[in-house]
Amino acid sequence: MALLSVRNLHARVGDKDILKGIDLEVAPGEVHAIMGPNGSGKSTLASVLAGRDAYEVTQGEVLLDGKSLLGMAPEARATEGVFLAFQYPVEIPGVGNLHFLRTALNAQRRVRGLEELDAMDFLQLAKEKSKLVQLDQAFMNRSVNEGFSGGEKKRNEIFQMAVLEPRLGILDETDSGLDIDALRTVAGGVNALRSPSRAMVLITHYQRLLDYIVPDKVHVMAAGRIVRSGGRELALELEEKGYGWLGLKDGPGGKGGEARR
Amino acid sequence: MTTDTLQELTRRPYAAGFVSQVEAETFPPGLDEDVIRALSAKKEEPSFLLDWRLKAFRHWQTMREPTWQAVTYHPIDYQAIRYYSAPRFKPKKDSLDEVDPEILRTYEKLGIPLEEQKRLQNVAVDAVFDSVSVATTFKDKLAKAGVIFCSFSEAVREHPELVRKYLGTVVPHSDNFFAALNSAVFSDGSFVYVPKGVRCPMELSTYFRINAAETGQFERTLIVADEGAYVSYLEGCTAPQRDTNQLHAAVVELVALPGATIKYSTVQNWYPGDAEGKGGIYNFVTKRGIAHEKAKISWTQVETGSAITWKYPSVILKGDDSVGEFYSVALTNNLQQADTGTKMVHIGKNTRSTIVSKGISAGRGQNTYRGLVKVLKSAQDARNYTQCDSLLLGDKCGAHTVPYIEVKNATAQVEHEASTSKIGEDQLFYCRQRGISQEDAVSMIVNGFCRQVFKELPMEFAVEAQKLLGVSLEGSVG
Repeated sequence: MALLSVRNLHARVGDKDILKGIDLEVAPGEVHAIMGPNGSGKSTLASVLAGRDAYEVTQGEVLLDGKSLLGMAPEARATEGVFLAFQYPVEIPGVGNLHFLRTALNAQRRVRGLEELDAMDFLQLAKEKSKLVQLDQAFMNRSVNEGFSGGEKKRNEIFQMAVLEPRLGILDETDSGLDIDALRTVAGGVNALRSPSRAMVLITHYQRLLDYIVPDKVHVMAAGRIVRSGGRELALELEEKGYGWLGLKDGPGGKGGEARR
Repeated sequence: MTTDTLQELTRRPYAAGFVSQVEAETFPPGLDEDVIRALSAKKEEPSFLLDWRLKAFRHWQTMREPTWQAVTYHPIDYQAIRYYSAPRFKPKKDSLDEVDPEILRTYEKLGIPLEEQKRLQNVAVDAVFDSVSVATTFKDKLAKAGVIFCSFSEAVREHPELVRKYLGTVVPHSDNFFAALNSAVFSDGSFVYVPKGVRCPMELSTYFRINAAETGQFERTLIVADEGAYVSYLEGCTAPQRDTNQLHAAVVELVALPGATIKYSTVQNWYPGDAEGKGGIYNFVTKRGIAHEKAKISWTQVETGSAITWKYPSVILKGDDSVGEFYSVALTNNLQQADTGTKMVHIGKNTRSTIVSKGISAGRGQNTYRGLVKVLKSAQDARNYTQCDSLLLGDKCGAHTVPYIEVKNATAQVEHEASTSKIGEDQLFYCRQRGISQEDAVSMIVNGFCRQVFKELPMEFAVEAQKLLGVSLEGSVG
């Protein structure tokens, strides 16, 4: 059975329809890439799966391991095992990075009926996981994302994913704004987190990320729908021919612009 | 959702809003010279004090209520207020056995058990109930160090020379409308004297409680740290929940003699009024310290209560190399209004001041930072750093920053930074996506915002302040 099932999902902001019938099945252990030009609805899909209130779901359903996510608060979805690595991680001044993460982990553990981790045990866990993305100690005690470089923010997202151990990781443009070294580090962290029980959805504009994280399936989104699905080769073909090949504006290597509605 | 959620979070009942059934001796409402004479006689005061009160009262009658502050309220009828209310027992504080058990229960309910063995270690408490001090703890231990810590009334009886020497030297009887009123009618408060070179062995604390209805609370606190002395003083306050507004007009005077340090921390949680703005304390307070050569005065305040807060804890940096600090968190929720800040007056050479103000507005609350940095001609190489940050929760509240800077000496360095931010939906969603509930997320974000100030508070108070902030904000997110 699929870990994530998205069926005929429609969503809008205000009176603007953005998702117009998404179907997606991701099995445990699989990594799916969702590509598409800017404005195609990729990031909206990520936000809707995580439960952001700004979007209204008008039709369809989203199941995680058979359980409906729609109607659940974001924190309840997180506790069910949904993790979203943000495209733009948010700064929270005055709140220590580790304090934040421990609060999150313990909030989830509490709901799951597990014992909370004390400061010492947590520190040990954090140290171990931070190696995955080469985060040094000093930076873990700074305020959440405050004054972090773009690369540090993205590494911090993957570090959080490593600590929270979700069943479903959604990575929203995790590659954007990264230089090649940072991209390798981040991809290495993500690859280390691949496991037979975990599924991941990578949202990306560029195929470049997929050189480092090799997906099982690739989907192309346009104007709120998935217009093409295939294997790894689909991404390479897109890279070569551009989105124009699918009758879409804007190539995956291009600067990006609004897709025609 | 954010706005609704934020509103939801700030709607939480006021936990200290109960009334204690205590038999009290209360003056009828109204104010004239006879009332002041009666008050002074009741307290068996020396004539210098009665004369001072009358001088203040006569001056007060020539003054008008200030109108420059950014708060609006119903006119205060000064003849409708009772100027004295005391629990009916002889407020003798040699032993807690003599204190009305109902009063002890009141403090216990507020989390301030007065029996010393239960007391937070190393904090001595003076408890002021309506117009009088009902108990002071740890007096013996303090006396051994030579520290005088007692109610103001007791200080007038036991140490009249000290009171006479310092009373009104920092906040004169004619200072401002509310200070003049206080000078005329103040009924009690705390008095501290730390002798030369003594480091006060424990935190000193006063806990103010308004209980009686229609009564104003006018307490006066005087703290004198003699040369090279050190004292840390904490102040907490609550009042019952009532539909009518009650006036609290206090005066605090700090005297830091050469080389002395006074650290004054306040956690103010007077009843703020209900969600519609009915009731609540009008808090018009004058707090000021004078720092002599190489002395340091540090004010830290966490203001979460009161319908109206009007206070500007200030430092007169009179001596060379003296230091003034002001760290403030002011939270306004529902219809609360706060106009608060500080004045740093640089007179001596190489004087330094730091101002860190954090304003949080939720509901329809209005929060104004008003501060003055004044560098006189004599203040060679004076330095000031000011940082004012405002955080808005929701879209019906307001934050305002009104800094006044007057510099008469070209060698001065004055820095001012200000920011206004909103608890964004982005921040909340980020926390919630990681599994943190909405309420915990708001509280975490707000606490993070206040961290710079909380770290200045003594440990027990910092924890208290964080909790209080959480409670005051509960219901502000929806």
